[in-house]
Amino acid sequence: MTQALQGAGPAMGAPDDPSDGRLHPRPRRPRFTARTMYRIQRLLRPNAFYRVLAARIESLPVLRRLFTAAEEKVKADLFGCQMCGQCALPVTGYACPMSCPKQMRNGPCGGVGRDGSCEVYPELRCVWLEAYERAADQGRAADLSRLQRPIDQRVWGQSSWVNYWQGRDEELWTDALWTDEGVLDTRPELVTGHA
Amino acid sequence: MNSGLRKRLESEGFAVTAEIGPPRGADLAAVRHKAEILRGWVDAVNITDNQGSHVRLSSWAGSLAVMEAGVEPVMQVTCRDRNRIALQSDLLSASAMDIPNVLLMTGDHPKLGDHADAKPVFDLDSIQLTWTARTMRDEQKLMSGRELDPAPDWFIGAVENPFAPPEGFRAQRLGKKVAAGAEFVQTQFVFDIPAFEGWMSQVRDLGLHERCHIIAGVGPIRSLRALDHMQHNVPGLHIPDEIARRLRGVPEDQVADEGMRVAAEIVQLVREIPGVKGVHVMAFGYERGVPEILERAGVGAREPDYRDPGSDVQPGSDVQGSGHAG
Repeated sequence: MTQALQGAGPAMGAPDDPSDGRLHPRPRRPRFTARTMYRIQRLLRPNAFYRVLAARIESLPVLRRLFTAAEEKVKADLFGCQMCGQCALPVTGYACPMSCPKQMRNGPCGGVGRDGSCEVYPELRCVWLEAYERAADQGRAADLSRLQRPIDQRVWGQSSWVNYWQGRDEELWTDALWTDEGVLDTRPELVTGHA
Repeated sequence: MNSGLRKRLESEGFAVTAEIGPPRGADLAAVRHKAEILRGWVDAVNITDNQGSHVRLSSWAGSLAVMEAGVEPVMQVTCRDRNRIALQSDLLSASAMDIPNVLLMTGDHPKLGDHADAKPVFDLDSIQLTWTARTMRDEQKLMSGRELDPAPDWFIGAVENPFAPPEGFRAQRLGKKVAAGAEFVQTQFVFDIPAFEGWMSQVRDLGLHERCHIIAGVGPIRSLRALDHMQHNVPGLHIPDEIARRLRGVPEDQVADEGMRVAAEIVQLVREIPGVKGVHVMAFGYERGVPEILERAGVGAREPDYRDPGSDVQPGSDVQGSGHAG
């Protein structure tokens, strides 16, 4: 609405000032194509082996720390991962919504510039534009119609792979609200058994 | 809840909303005064929530002030400054204080405001907040699953920017908001009519106009400085060259009038678009111009039928020459 019209105040610090810090994520263009990522994802789907592996990793503190650190390193480099521990990448075209400065899980805000620039970091491209184009390109646009539930703020810093393999991510998002056949007139439940 | 805005929209009338930004200072007199100017001309008035991430009086206090002045509020609630505990608490309070409409949005980033060093909260996004509100009202429970007794009741609104990329996703994003619980939506300023028609066509294809009342955002550009600001400094806003040329093409002292004329024309144009149920007039402090835009567009004052029984509000009672408005 008119909020932005009321005046943009002086920005403190240079646009790429690293002092922006941990609470100010920046939109990140993923390094690998969506096609590659969906292929890799097929290899990482939860199964009995991964479930046992994840439980084992979790039960051994040293192993858990090493595994989590490795995951953080890889995903930060590839996606600008913030380690929310509740990974949305499989349904966002493998562009990380937590690299959005507002950490929007359900799609872009209304402040995206006509050139696709981020409202907060105009020199960077909106990560949801990446998500939309990458998902659409792979025939996965309907993924973006899923309602993403609020994340659990206690899970930050945990390994999302360990959580994913143990089935803890199952309530993170709803089914797609529309398909190729049309729009589904559904009213999904917000509160799940996990809440 | 007795939402006159809901009644207007459900009765197939053409709805009018406006917007008041609370002041920076500890006095609500200005809000009451603006509400008095708008009384009788609008079905409801938005009270912004620290707009542009600049500290102002709160939207709930502003909402109560306009109610005292006989105008129905739409309380804006952003996710920028409050976590899910505070958001749900404020929503409950709004209902308890008989605030009949809420408008749920993500909000601007603190970096854009006067406290750029603030902690950005964004515990929820706009869609999750909308979903939370619907759950509180219709399922009588909090996000935690705990029961609410009694449940709150408001008319739930959302915002959308039809002009921001990705073009193919904007109507779909409204679809997500509708599935989450949005019953009406106010849009970003419409200046680019063809682009707005394109979005509305997608909205109709998805059947969203039948599940959610669409209110088009309009407003006057009253100076070349304002034009310049809106063209260059406001993310997600597009002003077509044709309109910019019109405003630059008149003598300096007539820009304001031309801007009002353009706004009135846009009201008339959006009104003709199938599925558009009203206009949201954003006048940035120039509230007394709102009746003029509406009159020029032939929208006219509100009939008293939709107001609370017992309310002594007369349409346009503070505005000269309003009695014969159609």
